[in-house]
Amino acid sequence: MSTGILEFLTVFVLAAFVGIEVINAVPSILHTPLMSGSNAIHGIVLVGTILIMGEAHGAVQITLAFLAVLLATLNIVGGFVVTDRMLEMFKAKPAERPAKDATPSDESGGDR
Amino acid sequence: MSLDTFIDLVYLLAAIGFILALKGLGSPKYARNGNLLAAGAAAVAVGMTFAYPSVRTHSLNLILTLVAMVIGATIAVPAARKVKMTAMPQMVAIFNGVGGGAAALISIVVFLIEAPAKPAVYRIAEVLFGVLVGCVSFAGSAIAFAKLQELMTGRPVTYPAQQVINAVVAVAIVGLAVGTLVTGSVPLLVATALLSLVLGVIFVLPIGGADVPVLISLLNSFTGLAVAASGFTLNNNLLIIAGTLVGASGILLTRMMSKAMGRSLANVLFSAFGSVVTAGGGADGTGETRTVRSGTPEDIGVLLAYARKVVIIPGYGLAVAQAQHTARELADLLMERGVEVFYAIHPVAGRMPGHMNVLLAEANVPYDELKEMDEANPEMATADVALVVGANDTVNPAAKNTPGSPIYGMPIINADEAENIVFLKRSMRPGFAGIDNDLLFDDKTTLLFGDAKDTLTKLVAAVKSA
Repeated sequence: MSTGILEFLTVFVLAAFVGIEVINAVPSILHTPLMSGSNAIHGIVLVGTILIMGEAHGAVQITLAFLAVLLATLNIVGGFVVTDRMLEMFKAKPAERPAKDATPSDESGGDR
Repeated sequence: MSLDTFIDLVYLLAAIGFILALKGLGSPKYARNGNLLAAGAAAVAVGMTFAYPSVRTHSLNLILTLVAMVIGATIAVPAARKVKMTAMPQMVAIFNGVGGGAAALISIVVFLIEAPAKPAVYRIAEVLFGVLVGCVSFAGSAIAFAKLQELMTGRPVTYPAQQVINAVVAVAIVGLAVGTLVTGSVPLLVATALLSLVLGVIFVLPIGGADVPVLISLLNSFTGLAVAASGFTLNNNLLIIAGTLVGASGILLTRMMSKAMGRSLANVLFSAFGSVVTAGGGADGTGETRTVRSGTPEDIGVLLAYARKVVIIPGYGLAVAQAQHTARELADLLMERGVEVFYAIHPVAGRMPGHMNVLLAEANVPYDELKEMDEANPEMATADVALVVGANDTVNPAAKNTPGSPIYGMPIINADEAENIVFLKRSMRPGFAGIDNDLLFDDKTTLLFGDAKDTLTKLVAAVKSA
């Protein structure tokens, strides 16, 4: 086994500990955004798909790599946008209670 | 400094960005900035990747990369923008699944490139891990999506000889994997990939709808690990760090979630929840002969208007009816009359932990009116009315009193301790877990049937005229 793999294993183990430590005390109201945000972060697999496309030769490899880039882009772009939309709602504590007429509630037909 | 070193340095900065972003996502104050930081770090890292000469060697490949990215972004942005807050869980599931698929594809292509030269065993092992975990995550997320989107039943799917079939598939995958390790054969790897997809499907099928949130969190963690495996095959530290961060934190989050349901993770994933549920379904017949008391909106409006303390317990029914705004309107109205009102949020209310908080935040409900279960429960005994809006399992006393029940041991909000209990429900159908709720038949309970938004609107009118 080369020393290269050992270095990567070291990084892996340390990252695992960091991953556990860093989210240790998350209030449960943020569990959904956290899941969504970490979902976006693993979208960085896009970097790997771009690299592998550079190495791909022949129709089979290129098709698979194309698919990989496409899927990874969905993951990373969709992930960050969805998370941002969720968190938009947590912005600045509503200082004063908005007037009650702010809620459109009278459209009937909400029933399915 | 060589180009490679410079790129690695930028990757290192991106990795630091991800760590800080995860930390930020854990606090309400910094969460949004954390997400933006992660997005920025990702953008820089992706942009930097194009500096590698190998990425630009073949112009056809480069063009295809860019085309794929444009198509992906064109699909993802509108999908993520337009998705309703209630459909958020399945959106996360699908974005997670495609990430797992991408990781598996990387491993497969690396193997196709290296296979002619018979790679070292540890290289094949890295590839196998990425393929196996990535495919399970992809197929599993697809099924989870189908369950949440109600393209298929949310009930656990069981069939004869399920355990035997699972065991056969698992053993076959191990056999194929060992075969691939020894021979370095491409067909064997492809077979492993296909069977891993099957494993992902049969792994998720027997998991009931109520447990799908825990499952998505677990699959999110799986994708992280698959991405880390791609990092190993590509010798890329950034992928290893980002993937492992998500893998480790995802497992922790998954454990927190199963803990909130009072069960071990193994129990959530492998308990024969299905068989018990069918038994519960059979008991429906006896349930229907019992009588429930249903009230008019006017009765309930008066009850609420002259209460001292009202606790609103929202559930998924509130979410599907898009009734969060109307719920807030009712709460505001009651508070104007001097009634003490707060929302009691069960950790798994909605379909993901914290899902209900997101929905209520959308309706501008202030934080201080939201109480977590542990904070709310001591106050239940002094509440005049527990207003249960579209929730069922999270207030089912069977979790405390019926040892045989599938939800026995799950912490619940003690709505049964309140002076009066009002259920706003669409029908007498049992909740997501598929079991009866004795609380519906309690003497203190009044039911108001209908879509949560309609019934809440009627209550608002009733309280106004009370």
